[in-house]
Amino acid sequence: MYVAVKGGERAIDNAHAWLAEERRGDPSVPELGVAQIREQLALSVNRVMAEGSLYDPDLAALAIKQARGDLIEAVFLIRAYRTTLPRFGASRPVDTAAMDCLRRVSATFKDLPGGQVLGPTFDYTHRLLDFTLMAGGEVPPAPGAPAAPAPAPVPHVTGFLNRDGLIEQEPASDTAPGDLTREPLELPASRALRLQSLARGDEGFVLGMAYSTQRGYARNHAFVGELRIGTCCVEMEIPELGFAVQIGELELTECETVNQFKGSKTEPPQFTRGYGLTFAQNERKAISMALVDRALRWRELGEDSAGAPAQDEEFVLMHSDNIQATGFLEHIKLPHYVDFQSELELVRKIRAEAIRAEAIGAEAIGADEEAADV
Amino acid sequence: MTTARSDLAPPAADTAARQRWMGLLARARPTRLAAAMQGLDLPAHDWARAPETGAVMVRGRMGGSGAPFNLGEMTVTRCTLRLATGEVGHAWVQGRDKAHATRAALVDALMQGPRAGEVRAAVLAPLAAAAEADRAARAGKAAATRVEFFTLARGED
Repeated sequence: MYVAVKGGERAIDNAHAWLAEERRGDPSVPELGVAQIREQLALSVNRVMAEGSLYDPDLAALAIKQARGDLIEAVFLIRAYRTTLPRFGASRPVDTAAMDCLRRVSATFKDLPGGQVLGPTFDYTHRLLDFTLMAGGEVPPAPGAPAAPAPAPVPHVTGFLNRDGLIEQEPASDTAPGDLTREPLELPASRALRLQSLARGDEGFVLGMAYSTQRGYARNHAFVGELRIGTCCVEMEIPELGFAVQIGELELTECETVNQFKGSKTEPPQFTRGYGLTFAQNERKAISMALVDRALRWRELGEDSAGAPAQDEEFVLMHSDNIQATGFLEHIKLPHYVDFQSELELVRKIRAEAIRAEAIGAEAIGADEEAADV
Repeated sequence: MTTARSDLAPPAADTAARQRWMGLLARARPTRLAAAMQGLDLPAHDWARAPETGAVMVRGRMGGSGAPFNLGEMTVTRCTLRLATGEVGHAWVQGRDKAHATRAALVDALMQGPRAGEVRAAVLAPLAAAAEADRAARAGKAAATRVEFFTLARGED
């Protein structure tokens, strides 16, 4: 079938012009600046950076503005943009033990070295709408306290447990990890690829998967050993210099879970671990990631699969990317006239056959009945 | 370059100092670096590599200490320039600001020549002080949200 379309281009142009007008909204309301989005909708910006898999707050804010606040559309814009960038190389792994923390809490130890620091958190707020934000007043600066003269390394909680052998050790390695933006993901995936996939996965999907483990689908009883948010320097080897330099500073959220034990004939029982790391302040995602990471580790920890969705690597990794998902989902609204025409012809043909068969059957029954009457 | 040692690897102490200023320049807010350089008489330069924006894959470690994995990319702008006096300045800075990368490379080049003292006082010292003030302000706010636990009585006593 060949379909000639007239006026399609004009319709599309006009639709986009209307979209731009709708994006602007009522012109009597001041226009939102990209810097305002970056500064005042920072958690939206953070989510777009994490799932767009590109740390650049200005670009994420621009994408949110362009997408009219649709965060998945904004992630799509960022993913498209990043494909235009040359890849300069990879950083050294960030040292999260040297993080300059603005928040650091542990649900397992109250008196941990380095202390519990709440930071700018929604926790303990009453979740009542604050109508003073509508009045647009100035916010007084948050109180400060004397700070340490120099940033001190904040040791990881799992380090204390490691010392007593109570928790599994992370095997040290400097093997270059696989990169799913370079080679298509193949299953079974290494833990490195699983973590990369979860780090850029949809927050809602990863949260739902994590929640399913808490509700009993592959329960692994996670404690938040530690949750920390802060800035880390990024270092990179510069080939033309022959040494490494810091190329920037990122805000990161890290979650380490302490999960139920595993032992064997050769090793006494010890706690196991899940790990979450995301760009910027994004703690729901980091905790979710750690729970799902732990659930996916069943094979390497020698556990039995409970057949739960969160343990099913293919199910989790193949459905966590919201750009892949929305691309496939939303394409079904685009013209499928030829596909549908063939289905229409098929169903008409089948129906015609079924009606004819019925008619023949009815005749045959009629003939039988006539015969019986005799 | 203060002496003719371009064919030799720089001593370790020089490397450490250069790593410090390159890191400081990469982390500096572009507006701050621009403001700090306003009073400087800047020399002409040729490009060995004109400013170019790209991505660097940022890696983390499993459990914070284990094997590396790819976390996601960050935008980075790099450039390399040469002064008429021979010093070569490099910059690798976070973000997409080409003027910022150019300024960082100029400072890197000037820091290797006779104007190092002037540049250190005009640019590096104020940038380091501003970065430290930012850090201390954040750390102070964090310290004000520190929770102290006092165990009054334990259940098993």
